[in-house]
Amino acid sequence: MQHLSAINDFVIRFANVNGTGSASANGLFARAIFRMGIPVTPKNIFPSNIQGLPTWYEVRVSEKGYLGRREGIDFMVCMNPQSMPKDIASVKPGGYFLYDSTKTLHREFIREDIHYIGIPLMEICLREYADPRQRQLFKNIIYVGALSALLDIEFAVLETLLAEMFLGKEKLIAPNIKALQLGIQYIHDHYEYPLHIRLERRDLVGNRILIDGNSACGLGAVFAGATVAAWYPITPSTSVVEAFSEYAEQFRTDPETGKKNYAIVQAEDELAAIGMVIGANWNGARSFTATSGPGVSLMSEFLGLAYFSEIPAVLIDVQRAGPSTGMPTRTQQADLIASAYASHGDTRHVLLFPSTPKECFDDVVAAFDLAERLQTPIIVMTDLDLGMNDHLTAPFEWDDARVYDRGKVLDAEELENIPKFGRYLDVDGDGIPYRTYPGTHPAKGAYVTRGTSHDEYAGYTEDSGTYKRNVDRLLKKWDTAKGLVPAPEIVQAATPNDCGVIFFGTSIYSAAESIELLAEQDIHLDSMRLRAFPFPESVGQFIADHELVFVVEQNRDAQMRSMLINELGIDPKKLIPVLNYDGMPITADTIVKQIIANFATV
Amino acid sequence: MTYTRPRFRNPHLPVNEIGYTQKDYEGALSTLCAGCGHDSISGAIVQACYELAIEPHRVAKMSGIGCSSKTPAYFLSNSHGFNSVHGRMPSVATGAYLANRDLVYFGVSGDGDTASIGMGQFVHAIRRNLNMVYLVMNNGCYGLTKGQDSATADLGSKSKSGHTNPFQAIDLAGLALELGASFVARSFSGDKTQLVPLLKAAMAHPGFAFIDVISPCVTFNNNPGSTKSYDYVREHLEATATIDFVPIKSEITTQYDAGSTKDLALHDESMIRLHKIAADWDPQNRWSAMNALHQARTKGEILTGLIFLDKGLQDLHTVLDTTDKPLNTLKQPELCPGSKALEEINAGLR
Repeated sequence: MQHLSAINDFVIRFANVNGTGSASANGLFARAIFRMGIPVTPKNIFPSNIQGLPTWYEVRVSEKGYLGRREGIDFMVCMNPQSMPKDIASVKPGGYFLYDSTKTLHREFIREDIHYIGIPLMEICLREYADPRQRQLFKNIIYVGALSALLDIEFAVLETLLAEMFLGKEKLIAPNIKALQLGIQYIHDHYEYPLHIRLERRDLVGNRILIDGNSACGLGAVFAGATVAAWYPITPSTSVVEAFSEYAEQFRTDPETGKKNYAIVQAEDELAAIGMVIGANWNGARSFTATSGPGVSLMSEFLGLAYFSEIPAVLIDVQRAGPSTGMPTRTQQADLIASAYASHGDTRHVLLFPSTPKECFDDVVAAFDLAERLQTPIIVMTDLDLGMNDHLTAPFEWDDARVYDRGKVLDAEELENIPKFGRYLDVDGDGIPYRTYPGTHPAKGAYVTRGTSHDEYAGYTEDSGTYKRNVDRLLKKWDTAKGLVPAPEIVQAATPNDCGVIFFGTSIYSAAESIELLAEQDIHLDSMRLRAFPFPESVGQFIADHELVFVVEQNRDAQMRSMLINELGIDPKKLIPVLNYDGMPITADTIVKQIIANFATV
Repeated sequence: MTYTRPRFRNPHLPVNEIGYTQKDYEGALSTLCAGCGHDSISGAIVQACYELAIEPHRVAKMSGIGCSSKTPAYFLSNSHGFNSVHGRMPSVATGAYLANRDLVYFGVSGDGDTASIGMGQFVHAIRRNLNMVYLVMNNGCYGLTKGQDSATADLGSKSKSGHTNPFQAIDLAGLALELGASFVARSFSGDKTQLVPLLKAAMAHPGFAFIDVISPCVTFNNNPGSTKSYDYVREHLEATATIDFVPIKSEITTQYDAGSTKDLALHDESMIRLHKIAADWDPQNRWSAMNALHQARTKGEILTGLIFLDKGLQDLHTVLDTTDKPLNTLKQPELCPGSKALEEINAGLR
């Protein structure tokens, strides 16, 4: 039979039952590969469930440094009888299938073209451990031990990781080591090892770190000086505020009093969460919320008010697949239009599109500066893939000389020195007026904040001319925003060509891989990674410079393509959608196939 | 248009202890209907703030949407105001209060704004014991959309169009009591002598102070058969007690018969003095207060005055254990952990 053969280049998938403690064992496996200096990309594919339903963890190992998802399973670790038929079918010919052989595998599960590795995991656990919970947990560690023998993971690396994991709970280290050894021993006694697919230490990771985007967003909010977080729990955004809470407790507890230099409120719903954020920002505290698509829908009314009354706000939207429960634990980039044009009336919102955890950190920090500079909501558009999966990313950076941009705010002395304060007066010609915090001055600077019905001095008015003047000024501010948001990242192909590809967010990994794969087939593409909405001038220029431009995105309706057409007046025929919307992170294969298919039809 | 008042000032107007005249607490001219109960409440707020000698700019006026929510423009023109979203004032007030614990938060809402669209946020503001005054100008109808029944309209009450309300009323004071509000009062827009001391006590109370003020709608709900008309309310008022608010460390000058008064010291050492106390009612006993409220309702009366006061409940900042300094005054060095801390975080992620 054929053996798959590869060093540092394979996909391994773990099929587990939700709630059995497999996450930490699988995380240990992925981190060990990372510690061996090999690029690794783990992905959770999980149900909307706490206990009982199937959950998968997929790890791509890539010597070439490809960090996107790849189709095809080289090695399946099957720990869930429920999903076994489907799991067996998903293994590539010549691949491997590791299972619990305590019970004999039924004949219908036998494929002639894959290799079976049976380990009597339950039997070993029953023999070695008395406590049922331990039997369950150590079963996971035993298969990690077995994998370390089969794939050549360095034992010392696993030992170090366990020591770090159980820092302060040292009693747990020895039993975990024992479990690893039980797995290793079983392989040594019964199988040839290592396999033809295996690992070899490299130095390909550099100084990169392994972290998920939600943690990076929470950390960014701490560094950006956010003091008020208001939120409502919703998958996949929940861990943003959890991370903020942990880092804030660490860095924002007053050393003298032990009191908190921050406040977190779990709101009654998303409407209240964004209301609190707007109230806090109105009152001069940096405040944010994190949510997902349904939350953005609920927050839309308030986003409109913040846009028209010109109040800063930072919202992190960890996008998922649509409404209801179930598919929402899968990833998508499908809230683009809902976020960009959220609310009634003529509204537009600034969006940022981070691609990596490092950019999650940077964009959240930038979002607070932009929100206060532009006095408007800023929405950071991440997704479940970025938010809830660990990614290999450049280390976080902070320049200690960096000063927060708190925007145009007048203090008591400045108010004293101006003849008349006009809250909505365009003094500087950039469409951005000056604001005051409540309680600043006894007799100057106070006003009533309202939606649309105000004049330049925040007085109530329903006068048509004044209304029009105000919304036109907001457009001027929108133009100012184009020069302040991060510029797109443009890469010219080595070979001159007249085709381009546009992508953003988590499509970066597979897009970069697909550009290389297409180049091997003599299809050369210049690329542009969008970083923000509104689109800076260079976006239109890139499209104008190419005959044909592919727009890669992870939604059904090609929402980014629509926004490009709508905002820049592009001929729709010029922009070819490349789409992925099955809830799984996009693969290079998907992009390559759609682009090649397009050339075949031209 | 915002119609501002002429700035003419009588040099002989009396000033309060921080040098402000009552005029300094006024706002723009009201655009509500002539005779609207809401305008009387605005007047009472002006008087209460003047008498309490609060610096006007240290008050934040919060409101939702509706006739009532327009009123913050008509008092305290030197205070910031926020005319927010229908039913969502409590969340905006929560955020504002978290950002700066040192201002006085005065929330104005209506019966539609609170008892219908904003019910969820109202309930949760009570749960959090936000340090704010939450005043409902309650007229039992939607004024700005021309007179539809609201959720506080009494069962069987007749509107101007002759329609009889077929639904049970929500008693906001009863609800606030049930939910654990720390200060619950009810008053009538036409009774300034009762409303002003209640407002002062509410502002001195360091927690969620709820005041339900029956405020007849002269245009849509002041007809015979309405239970929120001026005539009906005047005829059915029943007070828990007459109340005086005694500011911090002031001498009590009013004399009452011995045995008929009860003093409640507030957190800041100011005092609420109650007299002519209704039988079987204790303002510090939630069950007694609920009982009094239910009994009055059974008799077809509207119980007014201070209904309940809990001085022990902790406000939101205390519960969250936030720093004493307003969060919006913290500067970058106190907020940003800096590059060295980030390097350590990076090291832990390798």
